[in-house]
Amino acid sequence: MTEYSSTELLICIAARVFENGKTCFIGTGVPMLAASLAQRLYAPDLVAIFEFGGTGAQLEDLPMAVGEARTFHKAVAASGICDIMETAQRGFIDYGFLGGAQIDPYGNLNSTVIGNHGSPKVRLPGSGGGNDVGSLCWQTIALMRHDKRRFVPKVDFVTTPGFLTGPGAREAAGLPANTGPIAVISTLATLGFDSDTCRMQLDALHPGVTLEQALENTGFELLIPTEVKHNAPPTAEELRLLRDEIDPTGLYI
Amino acid sequence: MQIVDSGIGELIQPPDMEAFREWNRTQKSRALIDKRMSEKEAISRFVHDGDYVGTELYGTVRCPMSLCREVIRQGKKELRVAGQGVLELDMWLAAGLIKKLDITYIGMEVYGVSSGLRRAVESGQVESVTEWSNAGITWRFKATSIGAPFIAVRSMLGSDTFKYSAAKSVECPFTGQTVCLIPALVLDVGLIHVHRADKYGNCQIEGISGFAFEMARACKRLVISAEEIIPTEEIRRYPDRTMIPFYLVDAVVHAPLGSHPGEMAYMYARDEPKIKEWIEANKTAEGARAYLDKLVHGVADHEEYLELVGRQRLDELIEMRERRE
Repeated sequence: MTEYSSTELLICIAARVFENGKTCFIGTGVPMLAASLAQRLYAPDLVAIFEFGGTGAQLEDLPMAVGEARTFHKAVAASGICDIMETAQRGFIDYGFLGGAQIDPYGNLNSTVIGNHGSPKVRLPGSGGGNDVGSLCWQTIALMRHDKRRFVPKVDFVTTPGFLTGPGAREAAGLPANTGPIAVISTLATLGFDSDTCRMQLDALHPGVTLEQALENTGFELLIPTEVKHNAPPTAEELRLLRDEIDPTGLYI
Repeated sequence: MQIVDSGIGELIQPPDMEAFREWNRTQKSRALIDKRMSEKEAISRFVHDGDYVGTELYGTVRCPMSLCREVIRQGKKELRVAGQGVLELDMWLAAGLIKKLDITYIGMEVYGVSSGLRRAVESGQVESVTEWSNAGITWRFKATSIGAPFIAVRSMLGSDTFKYSAAKSVECPFTGQTVCLIPALVLDVGLIHVHRADKYGNCQIEGISGFAFEMARACKRLVISAEEIIPTEEIRRYPDRTMIPFYLVDAVVHAPLGSHPGEMAYMYARDEPKIKEWIEANKTAEGARAYLDKLVHGVADHEEYLELVGRQRLDELIEMRERRE
């Protein structure tokens, strides 16, 4: 069996989530690689949208930043941040990818501070477009390294809304109806959310990962379905494209 | 209109749209005046200690780095800043220039957190930090741009980003739904880097426009740096390409490679080793000081900075640029 890193696995699993002909809000890092891989293998008509104005780029070379020229390489439009955010607010963006330093059982994400806001232990970069993606896209998918420091019962700061405090909380806060997180792709498993409680639920384990490992590395009670599925490992073709064409200099992988 | 909830963050620059209209009426010339000047003159005349400042686009992309370095060189103090930033604000924070922050994102993108932000906020050097989403802070410019004191949006609701902002949520008088009200943000001074400008300040940008359109219209004073100064006939030949008209602009600085070590779409690529050099240096306060002593205080102006980087390297970056195929 071919060897691969946890980052490569994360990228390959995420790439399989993209649907052809959908609009998707792409952030820095793993989502860019996953979108590029998806365009080559699974979703050639994926409309990649970047927050500073790139719409429909062909991701032939890896962008290093959400505003750089590769985010509108052979794109259909190069506009600005207002156009992109307003497009999301009008209900035109199907998926958004998110990340953070912490995630809780309701999919709320923290990328602002560890500790108190007034005197933080660690000051993180802040929301950026994260809060807008989590508020305005139809469905969001979080990409996370899976350990107890990151999967916590309560995030120190809700930078980006998941289901907030549970069923109905998004709508009560005024967020657009029928929106919210649908999945978390971690370095150990793919997870979803229980439709009644809005709490995080294990969906499928990555190759070689045991249920015990997933539970041990989660800092809250994870819902377990009666049947736990297993994700297929990265294919040789996925790894070849990733290593030889998408990130040949090994910047991310 | 019923207020549902109020963010507890400081409203660092409260909107006053009557004052802004009056400013635009009395302080902004409609005359075609040659506004070309050096970085040194522009920053010394238009950026003052304590000012509320914005920069556009950001750090590694079409960023007015030559102007930002000049702000450090002149040691402008106690700045209040709209924080959508990468290298430029990381450097200002490391140089201790910032007192208050409206922040949406200050980080190094693929390279992670901003060491400048961490040191300045965790030590309490920055007195006040108010949170916003990226759309939120940009829509603040948009509100000013349309001349309204606020704009109603559907982002930020229900989150701590809202709680630590200076936004308010209200019951919408038309739909009854809760909406988020974002206050207008009028900058004392904005710094924007563009591809081309004429001597009066008419500006063209290629590729994505970030938030240049909105921010240019939300400034009391606006300093433009441009890769190229072009004849006004060229502006008049393609008026549809003018992103920023001259009457918004107070200074035009000719700054070839002015976004270095960041990129400029279709002109030059980002300088990865130079970006990493700063990030490595800024891991400690001493390292940051040594870097700034060499690459900012150690050179008199942008021209000397470019000489220090070296013509051969700059030519390589031009060769590596994104091309229209």
